Amino acid sequence: MLTLQCPYCGVMADETELHAEGEAHIKRFGPGSSDEDFETYLFERKNPKGVHFERWRHTGGCGKFFHAARSTMTLEVYGTYPAQTLEPPKELIDAIKAKHPDWEGYK
Amino acid sequence: MSTRLAQGGRLIDRSKAMEFTFNGKRMTGYAGDTLAAALLGAGQTLVGRSFKYHRPRGILASGSEEPNALVHLGEGARFEPDQRVTTTELFDGLTCTSQNHWPSLEFDVGAINNKFSRFLTAGFYYKTFMFPRVAWEKLFEPIVRQSAGLGQVPKERDADRYEHFYAHVDVLVVGGGVAGLAAARSAASTGAKVLLIEQTNHWGGRAVVDGGEIDGMPVEGWVNKAVEELENMANVTIRTRIMGAGVYDHGYATGYERVADHTPGDGRPRHRLWRIRAKQIVTATGAIERPLSFAGNDIPGVMLAGALRDYIVNWGVSAGDRVVVVTNNDDAYRTALAVKAAGLNVPMILDARAEAGGPLADAAREAGIRVEAGKGIAKVHGGKKVTGVSVCAQAGEGASLEEIKCDAVAMSGGWSPVVHLWSHCGGKLIWDVEQAHFRPDPDRAPTSHDGAAFVVTAGSATGALSLADVMADAHAAGKVAGKAAGGKTSSKAAPEVAPETMQPIEPVWVMPQGAGPDKRMKMWLDFQNDVKVSDVQLAAREGYESVEHTKRYTTLGMANDQGKLSNINGLAILSDALSQEIPATGTTTFRPPYNPISFGAIAGEARGELFQPVRQTPMHAWHAEAGAYFEPVGHWYRPYCYPKSGETHEQAVNREVLNTRENLGLLDASTLGKLVVKGPDAGKFLDMMYTNMMSNLAVGKCRYGLMCSENGFLSDDGVVARIDEDTWLCHTTSGGADRIHAWMEDWLQCEWWDWNVYVANVTEQLAQVAVVGPNARKVLEKLNDQAGGGMDLSAEALPFMQWRDGKIGNFDARAYRISFSGELSYEIAVPASQGRAFWDALLDAGGEFGVMPYGTECLHIMRAEKGFIMIGDETDGTVIPQDLGLNWAISKKKEDFMGKRAQSRSHMTDPDRWKLVGLETLDGSVIPDGAYAVGEGVNANGQKNVIGRVTSTYYSPTLKKGIAMGLVKHGPDRMGEVIGFPTVDGSNTVVKAKIVSPVFYDPEGEKQNV
Amino acid sequence: MRRYSAFAIAREGARYHTGWERAWRSPKPKKKYDVVIVGAGGHGLATAFYLGKNFGITNVAIIEKGWLGGGNTGRNTTIIRSNYLQDPSAAIYEKARSLYETMSQDLNYNVMFSPRGVMMLAQTHHEVRGYQRTAHANALQGVSTEFISPQRVKELVPIMDINGPRYPVLGALWQPRGGTARHDAVAWGYARACSDMGMDIIQKCEVTGVNQAGGKVTGVQTTLGEIGCDKLAIVVAGNSGDLAGKAGFRLPMESVALQALVSEPIKPTIDVVVMANTVHGYMSQSDKGELVIGGGTDGFNNYTQRGSFHHVEETVRALVETFPIISRLRMMRQWGGIVDVTGDRSPVISKTPLGNTFINAGWGTGGFKSIPGSGWAMAELVAKGEPGPLAAEFGLDRFREGRFIDESVAAGVAH
Repeated sequence: MLTLQCPYCGVMADETELHAEGEAHIKRFGPGSSDEDFETYLFERKNPKGVHFERWRHTGGCGKFFHAARSTMTLEVYGTYPAQTLEPPKELIDAIKAKHPDWEGYK
Repeated sequence: MSTRLAQGGRLIDRSKAMEFTFNGKRMTGYAGDTLAAALLGAGQTLVGRSFKYHRPRGILASGSEEPNALVHLGEGARFEPDQRVTTTELFDGLTCTSQNHWPSLEFDVGAINNKFSRFLTAGFYYKTFMFPRVAWEKLFEPIVRQSAGLGQVPKERDADRYEHFYAHVDVLVVGGGVAGLAAARSAASTGAKVLLIEQTNHWGGRAVVDGGEIDGMPVEGWVNKAVEELENMANVTIRTRIMGAGVYDHGYATGYERVADHTPGDGRPRHRLWRIRAKQIVTATGAIERPLSFAGNDIPGVMLAGALRDYIVNWGVSAGDRVVVVTNNDDAYRTALAVKAAGLNVPMILDARAEAGGPLADAAREAGIRVEAGKGIAKVHGGKKVTGVSVCAQAGEGASLEEIKCDAVAMSGGWSPVVHLWSHCGGKLIWDVEQAHFRPDPDRAPTSHDGAAFVVTAGSATGALSLADVMADAHAAGKVAGKAAGGKTSSKAAPEVAPETMQPIEPVWVMPQGAGPDKRMKMWLDFQNDVKVSDVQLAAREGYESVEHTKRYTTLGMANDQGKLSNINGLAILSDALSQEIPATGTTTFRPPYNPISFGAIAGEARGELFQPVRQTPMHAWHAEAGAYFEPVGHWYRPYCYPKSGETHEQAVNREVLNTRENLGLLDASTLGKLVVKGPDAGKFLDMMYTNMMSNLAVGKCRYGLMCSENGFLSDDGVVARIDEDTWLCHTTSGGADRIHAWMEDWLQCEWWDWNVYVANVTEQLAQVAVVGPNARKVLEKLNDQAGGGMDLSAEALPFMQWRDGKIGNFDARAYRISFSGELSYEIAVPASQGRAFWDALLDAGGEFGVMPYGTECLHIMRAEKGFIMIGDETDGTVIPQDLGLNWAISKKKEDFMGKRAQSRSHMTDPDRWKLVGLETLDGSVIPDGAYAVGEGVNANGQKNVIGRVTSTYYSPTLKKGIAMGLVKHGPDRMGEVIGFPTVDGSNTVVKAKIVSPVFYDPEGEKQNV
Repeated sequence: MRRYSAFAIAREGARYHTGWERAWRSPKPKKKYDVVIVGAGGHGLATAFYLGKNFGITNVAIIEKGWLGGGNTGRNTTIIRSNYLQDPSAAIYEKARSLYETMSQDLNYNVMFSPRGVMMLAQTHHEVRGYQRTAHANALQGVSTEFISPQRVKELVPIMDINGPRYPVLGALWQPRGGTARHDAVAWGYARACSDMGMDIIQKCEVTGVNQAGGKVTGVQTTLGEIGCDKLAIVVAGNSGDLAGKAGFRLPMESVALQALVSEPIKPTIDVVVMANTVHGYMSQSDKGELVIGGGTDGFNNYTQRGSFHHVEETVRALVETFPIISRLRMMRQWGGIVDVTGDRSPVISKTPLGNTFINAGWGTGGFKSIPGSGWAMAELVAKGEPGPLAAEFGLDRFREGRFIDESVAAGVAH
């Protein structure tokens, strides 16, 4: 029963008012892209054991999609941040690195 | 024999006698009794039968860890099986019966299994019942099933109700013993908001029974004072009868409140499930005493030493007149002293330790009790009750040194902290060699959303076993939790307790140490599931070496008590068999709930009408009054048809179709999704969402649009109207509105966040009525004539596929000239508040035009007659628009739209994809729903090759024959060919159908365009 | 291998069961094997068994980071059925189901296959049409199913409320030879048979890396040292993505928690397996007497083997509504497993970018029921290097081509 803080309305939201929306920062490939890129876009997932960047939506609240960095092994939430970003903020990366020095970083 | 003592019993009120029955026998107990205490007090030592061998079973424990004494409780609509007598509060009129025997508890035929127990060892069923093959299914398994299971099943629908309750606190303290009270006090002293819950109906836990002093007063006095203090603190809530059931991630916990189990039928909900969010959880859940493994340790009258003491002190009940105490630790001496103090006899204390010294042993000797060190029990005598024990040397093989007559045995193998709640969410354990138990490892606590520990243990749940250690630990735990939950540093002093001297425990896993196989086959580990020391040893010998393998192979710890008494003993035996240390063996996983909780409590109020929310249109009440037969569509209820008296649904649907085609039909279309998409970039955005071009739709016009997933598959459809320069209104399917709204938000928020577009779901703001049929215009114009509405509804002013705003009659209307039936049709949206009045006005005015409402099935048939696709029928998540001949709705001009890239993949452009066609049966019959068309031969897996399937199939009342649409391989190229659809109704027939155009009715579209 | 029988039990009973052999050996790993299978769950062990039985390949190691059968094989709700819609699914699940029929005899280990029948309730008109379609498809696929009336549902399951106010039962898809089996016994039976064929089952041995040379795998690094192989089979449900990552490729999969729970044991009350998809819950009764209950997966990536309580709540609510008498029974234990779910919710039995490496994964919620069929198909793929007909459609290439096997046909909802 997770809790994540919605970065828009600031509410510490219970999982029941959120909806999980899959991996974050997936680059869309449209017409003209290679079969490989398109397959990667739609199906290939990092699915890491450990730090995961993912999307949530505050469905039972403000309705905003947002991003979270969360451990799939401990369920710790390192931070949440707006969806209007192409990659995780540096402060968040640094904070995770500080906690897990051998983490390979966002890639 | 057990009996009620003339005096004593701190929890009972002897002035309030309560009548109850056990197996029909009338018995009497007192207010404050548990059912266990009342049964023992009434002399009932035999209370059940074990699972496998049907061995006689007596009460072993005094708390929820009880494995044996499970009964059928109540009758009729309040009947329930497997109720623990130790956690059931006695009430006047209680009825219960014992379980798992036939014909009676005293004489149980099933006990014959006991005679064959030598053959019915762990996992024997994996090795037999295999030949002949059919015998398992037809003979053996039915026997196994009938003999398994403990309690009978309720026959009637539950008379009780249940509810949920939400609590948000800083600190949740689970357990209302002295540790929980101390932790709650110190946590509260930090200013934190504290909730303290206790599973029984009284405070203080074991410490009150054990005695001692806290802050210079007797434990009971301190407890009363602490409770009073907590009750008066504004930041503290304390509640009894709530068990901490489970700890889940990020500080979530469930509490199981037994509100009215002891007052059945008083109108209150029976159970209440507390759903608690806590920043910190303190588990002050105490410790559970372990049995000792000696031959005959399961005979009724053998009891945990602490439990035997509880019955004397708390309820004034003795388990027997002559109690032999057998132990490997100091605590059981307290039982011997309590028995003695009650005026009963303790013939001997058998202390398996080499030496029996220290203050407690001295006190026992002073009380005149014979204490034998280095001794144990070779064998308990008796069948349905204990008659005596053979004494042996613990170090030997069990030769009897002395025979002692007794009617009860109090055993103690040491105490194990209750670590369940700590472990539910990943807290780890360490093996404490000195105290011979697993206890929480404070360095590996469960962690919360912030990565910090959120569970703290207190008192004996930590592994502290003396009162002084318990109080010090609990006080510190409460402070730690309060601080971690955001409280201030507290200087509150810890309760003062004088230290006591305890002699160390010596682990004893088998008694005597050198017991041979015949004895080990009579040493019970799991009393309910009949798992013995020999079974665990056999599992190890056969290679089931993991503790999980052993558990699953032997069923150790899988009974109702989930191994609360058996797990540690079992894994110690396993470790010994594998010649490894106990920590190397480890434990099985502790899973919620701590004790079983009712399904009713988990479901809560959501039953019957409240099971799921029902969405109703503004006209719903009218439909219900008109006798509509409803069907669920998403969370909506929609009329399927409106049967008149004597009509079948089918007849009603046919009537509705014909009437709509000939006269006038009304459909409540309010459930249709309505999304307003607005903004400078709205056109660009909709061009991405739809396969068609929407940006070039003229204001005032409508266009049918298709939406695909990024994977290319058709996901929704509907008519889009251009409202003004930067506003579109998108209709979705009834079930699709929320999904499509979320989908649009997803792209706007996460991909094109620089596009200036807003989307609003206005589905419920509008009521919508489809006014359909040759008389559609007439009825609307009549409304205008009656009330002076101004909208010009003529074909010239409002042509097909256009919309207008204005007044129709008195109503604020937006009229769309769109048709899903092929008839002249207006879909009129009015504000939801005017919906019912509008519907009524149409019915009123429509009388002369033959008006009738119609339901969803009529809608389906009319659209099928016209060859219109239906999302969910022609599509199933694997169909692309090209399959349905909808290429005309796929823009060739647009560079990009949802699904465009996907639709260029090799499988999507495969010419062999099945394509939409119409199907007309040769004999006029209706092709069965879901039928497949077969081709020649079979595929590589031996399955018949198929060349198509039916997607919609109906009897057309208009055409008086069966019509269908289907997807057929190369279908559009095979017009006129006949293909066969085998039936599955057992008739072995094949329905033959000709491939035709899917438009069966008015192919030129003349009727809708008038 | 000494055979199990009633006679053997009688013999051993007479001598305190001291003569039973180990069910499987616990050997030290050899330097190299013809085939290394990572994962000693049901699928990995079945793959090994059919490699030996069908192809005579027995120089095989099955390596397992925990204890054999300790993943999803021992955590599921033990349902066996093959009433799938799409041809490739029906083929492999029916192959599995038919192998379950004779598994006890084939393995000389009673896995308690119990063909008590599986019914899937139709509670909306949409579901009725969907299951009628499946019934038609199954008839042509050689899968014996039937669409039955609400009255027949009530006869088969008297404790069901078929007139529930919210979702009355409109019928059901009924597979009379679907059922359940004892999940642990399936793993143990295969393990014993594999060990008997000379294969090495190596428990408590975690793969930490994959050795490669020239685009091929040469062996694996493990916590017990390096183990060489000519062919590598990855059969590690839930951890597939992680292991593929170690081998240098990515998968179209995500790992999520799937939860289940049991009631306290009671006398027999429900003879068949009931699945109710509109309300999201399914239930059967084990031979021990527990009601075995499951629902849908949790929504987020998770390797913790525990799930969120509200999913349990939703499942229980659905079943209390369907079987009102259970409200006074109690949940005894809840747990979670980690399943990997693919882009089309169907499994992968496939070659990989590494020539001699094969993967079997992505079974989602369908893992247990498919074990023997999956092992059969995977063994053929590993032995021949190319998929046979059972595995042909389950290749990884389908995601690139858009050639999905989608069983969730209810994606659209009617107007």
